[in-house]
Amino acid sequence: MKTILECKNLSKRYGRTQALSGINLSLKSGRIIGLLGPNGSGKTTLIKLINGLLTPTEGEILIDGTAPGVRSKSIVSYLPERTYLDESMRIAEAIDYFGDFYRDFDRNKALKMLKKVNLDPSLRIKTLSKGNKEKVQLILVMSRRAKLYCLDEPIAGVDPAARDYILSTIINNYEPDATILLSTHLISDVENILDEVVFIQNGHIRMQEEVETIRDKEGKSVDDLFREVFKC
Amino acid sequence: MPWNLDSSRPIYTQLVERIQLDILAGKYQPGARLPSVRDLASEAGVNPNTMQKALAELERENLVHSARTSGRFITEDTAMIEKMREELATAQIREFFEKMQQMGFSSQKTIVLIEKMMKEGKA
Repeated sequence: MKTILECKNLSKRYGRTQALSGINLSLKSGRIIGLLGPNGSGKTTLIKLINGLLTPTEGEILIDGTAPGVRSKSIVSYLPERTYLDESMRIAEAIDYFGDFYRDFDRNKALKMLKKVNLDPSLRIKTLSKGNKEKVQLILVMSRRAKLYCLDEPIAGVDPAARDYILSTIINNYEPDATILLSTHLISDVENILDEVVFIQNGHIRMQEEVETIRDKEGKSVDDLFREVFKC
Repeated sequence: MPWNLDSSRPIYTQLVERIQLDILAGKYQPGARLPSVRDLASEAGVNPNTMQKALAELERENLVHSARTSGRFITEDTAMIEKMREELATAQIREFFEKMQQMGFSSQKTIVLIEKMMKEGKA
């Protein structure tokens, strides 16, 4: 499989705070990858760098061979930690908005998915519950035919039933040759859908490993291993 | 509702065991078509690549075969299914007798107990 994301000696500093220090990371196509780390470890910084919302202090980042820019944005579908949608919009307007912005957006797919969860497109986003807002955003993001999906904490703060829905939506809707990079600290909820995990701590990559290898070699769940590695 | 899986053991082996059991128990009939990898993965709440690997293993065991474009089918070899079912039952019984042995029940005593329970309608 080819490489979809490559970080070479990637560093990011905010003033005197070193958020990422010389990261080397290579991710392949066709995989679901967990980006796991404690709060403040650099997960969101890395995802923002991938999406061109931040620029590296040092090193470089390549998405399907090119630096973040117009081309990379056309192939990366990003679910941010906090919504960037204008909440006074109706769901249908948000769909139009995505349709205008992204050539790979599949409007029918989005409408079908909304119907399945009984969300009326004429509803205004601000009237939705937290779980439903999260669902709408995920539906928008997963309705693109992207090569790399970056989902920043997609299941934080929603109830277990909504979590199951979100995870099965991820499984059912990504293109088989696309990669999903999913950041979370709710490891036990997601570990069964992952191919691979990247552990990040204090801006360094601690480990990159296949999840089945962890279970096989360590006889531990990823959640247990995480607790061990990041013990306070 | 995702399948009940133990995250500290390789998921792939557990998927093989689970689908094997579903086939032997008749949840999937001989010759029937299996759901797609993605549907099965979604039902189980696991990664599609892991499900793919589990199905490949079942193919290797000849419990499942794939027809180029139309998906995967359960074997029609009912004799083989019956044989595997018996093997599974035998293993369970052996394990049960071992446990009873640990509690100090000989095989004979265990059987007497089983018969008594059956007569009383408790088993």
